[in-house]
Amino acid sequence: MKKRQKRDLLRIIIASLLLLTAFLLPSKGYIRLIIFLIPYIIVGYDVLISALRNILSGQMMDEQFLMTVATIGALILGEYGEAAAVMLFYQIGELFQGIAVGKSRKNIASLMNIRPDMARVLRDGNELELSPEDVSLGEIIVVKPGEKIPLDGIIIEGSTTLSVSALTGESMPKDAFCGEKAISGAVNLTGVIKVRVESEYENSTVSKILELVESASEKKAKLESFITRFARFYTPIVVCSALLLAIVPPLFVGGWAKWVERALVFLVVSCPCALVISVPLSFFGGIGGASRHGILIKGATHLEMMGKVRTVVFDKTGTLTKGSFSVSEIFAEDGDNDSLLALAARAEYASNHPIADSIKKGFCGEIKPPENAKELAGLGIEATIDGRSIFVGNERLMKKCGADPKRTQKIGTALHISEDEKYLGYIVISDEIKPEAADAVKLLKNLGIKKTVMLTGDKEEVASTVASELGISDFISELLPSDKVEAVENLLLSRDTLAFVGDGINDAPVLSRADIGIAMGALGSDAAIEAADIVLMDDNPKKIAMAIKIARKTMSIVKQNIVFAISVKVLVLLLGAIGYAGMWLAIFADVGVMVLAILNAMRAMK
Amino acid sequence: MKKSFKIEDLCCANCAAKLERAIEKLDGVQKVSLNFIAEKLTIEAEDEKFDSIIKECIKLAKRIEPDCRIIL
Repeated sequence: MKKRQKRDLLRIIIASLLLLTAFLLPSKGYIRLIIFLIPYIIVGYDVLISALRNILSGQMMDEQFLMTVATIGALILGEYGEAAAVMLFYQIGELFQGIAVGKSRKNIASLMNIRPDMARVLRDGNELELSPEDVSLGEIIVVKPGEKIPLDGIIIEGSTTLSVSALTGESMPKDAFCGEKAISGAVNLTGVIKVRVESEYENSTVSKILELVESASEKKAKLESFITRFARFYTPIVVCSALLLAIVPPLFVGGWAKWVERALVFLVVSCPCALVISVPLSFFGGIGGASRHGILIKGATHLEMMGKVRTVVFDKTGTLTKGSFSVSEIFAEDGDNDSLLALAARAEYASNHPIADSIKKGFCGEIKPPENAKELAGLGIEATIDGRSIFVGNERLMKKCGADPKRTQKIGTALHISEDEKYLGYIVISDEIKPEAADAVKLLKNLGIKKTVMLTGDKEEVASTVASELGISDFISELLPSDKVEAVENLLLSRDTLAFVGDGINDAPVLSRADIGIAMGALGSDAAIEAADIVLMDDNPKKIAMAIKIARKTMSIVKQNIVFAISVKVLVLLLGAIGYAGMWLAIFADVGVMVLAILNAMRAMK
Repeated sequence: MKKSFKIEDLCCANCAAKLERAIEKLDGVQKVSLNFIAEKLTIEAEDEKFDSIIKECIKLAKRIEPDCRIIL
């Protein structure tokens, strides 16, 4: 609690005790007015003062003003107890609101506790502690165990374990060695490392994330704008009805006091605060809660959309698969798989084709160069190894040199190997399916998302095997990268809200075309953070279902609050107009509803 | 030019919305967003009028929400 809140709490306690005494003491007339006025003024003097100030500056529809009119009206009507109680409860509500909002501010700030405080820079052989903003590109920083990495860079000395849990929600620490990337915001756990700075602070991962989360609530959701618009009209309408209620009926049926009392009930209920505070608080909580799991949502409007998603479209590479090719099957005619792989690796020695890279990566050992090697465009490689003439390449190459290639078991790109026309075997390179991919699709199904679509450049048979293995309902195969936008546009025709999941590399146009663009594995990729609406910091596809769940929960909290607050207020207004709701019920409709709405809104953060 | 300020001690979200609407109407303001929960006021306005707009904002804040402070 802040100082001011503590003072307010003290005032509330004193005033409640005095008010209780005032109710218990038998008194009449002016004495009674005075003993009720004491708690009234103690608890409400600041409201009265700002009401007065607001009248002078022409702000009539202000809640302090309305409370003042309502309570003074009650005092004039002789309802001293009600007047003091309304003021007391109003202040309790204000205090509660202040504490609740302060608490969620703090929670969200701690979720976002990734901002580095300082960078230890090596300049002229000295270690200087500077603010991360003051470090320039190419400088060397030292990060000790327990410290946050302040800027993105490359480790040039030492090795350590890094925790990225604050960034991605992934609790498993990661080993990092010399030559690898160190991402700002990660916590250095074990060793001292030296890092060469690769980006200035304002372009670093950590400041991009902070910027994104902090400005997330600027993009207001439709429901949120609806509520602010509603509040704008609600108060004047209720106040005007109060005026009419106080003047018109008594002209016909008389009984001024009774009607004025009913009108005062209206004034107490006229503050729209419960709604106006709980809606953005829920969105803020939902966005903050998601970021704790490494799901960054760029705005309340995207959260709203995400809750409505009916179709999820995956770009296969990088989302369902790891996006890096590796050896998945080796078949050697003579049964010696290792020598076959070694042979292929040597033949591919000088090639920098991605497939050659995967073969070489798959062979763990020293690769000796071949005596001679020649690339045959569109076919493969012809090499001389230990005096043997070896061909490594596709089926066409095998046919050309007269070998008879076998059919592969696994799906992927096959590389056949022959010695002249003698077939030696094959190696299959394929993009590995992520272990979480099948679960991710299942989780989406459990959420009632019927349509999942996989986009891929693979041949139809490959695509259909992968799709059925993962339980994906539709796939579109043999797509060129440029066809993806069109494929998504066709899917958009069905009018279901569509989320597109990509790896953020060269799919920016598709990400922006879909209703919701989700970029995965974005840690360290600026382009993905720019282009997407929702960014998954790590590359776990299960987070998609989690994001939808968080979005739905937040939206249902928002809707509950709106329906609850509006219906209680309208009900109390109706009851008040016909004389069944007094000041006590009115103060519940104002303060009680607000407290409940805020408590409900705070659930969104969990 | 776009700039953000911290704004403290706003009394409620409704007052924040009022202040936001009032700033929106100022001459030269292109976009304004007042986030009650983040206590953040973001103003996008024409460069040459920016300083005078900020002064106007402080005045408006004083009138609508006498308790609140804009921290420059």
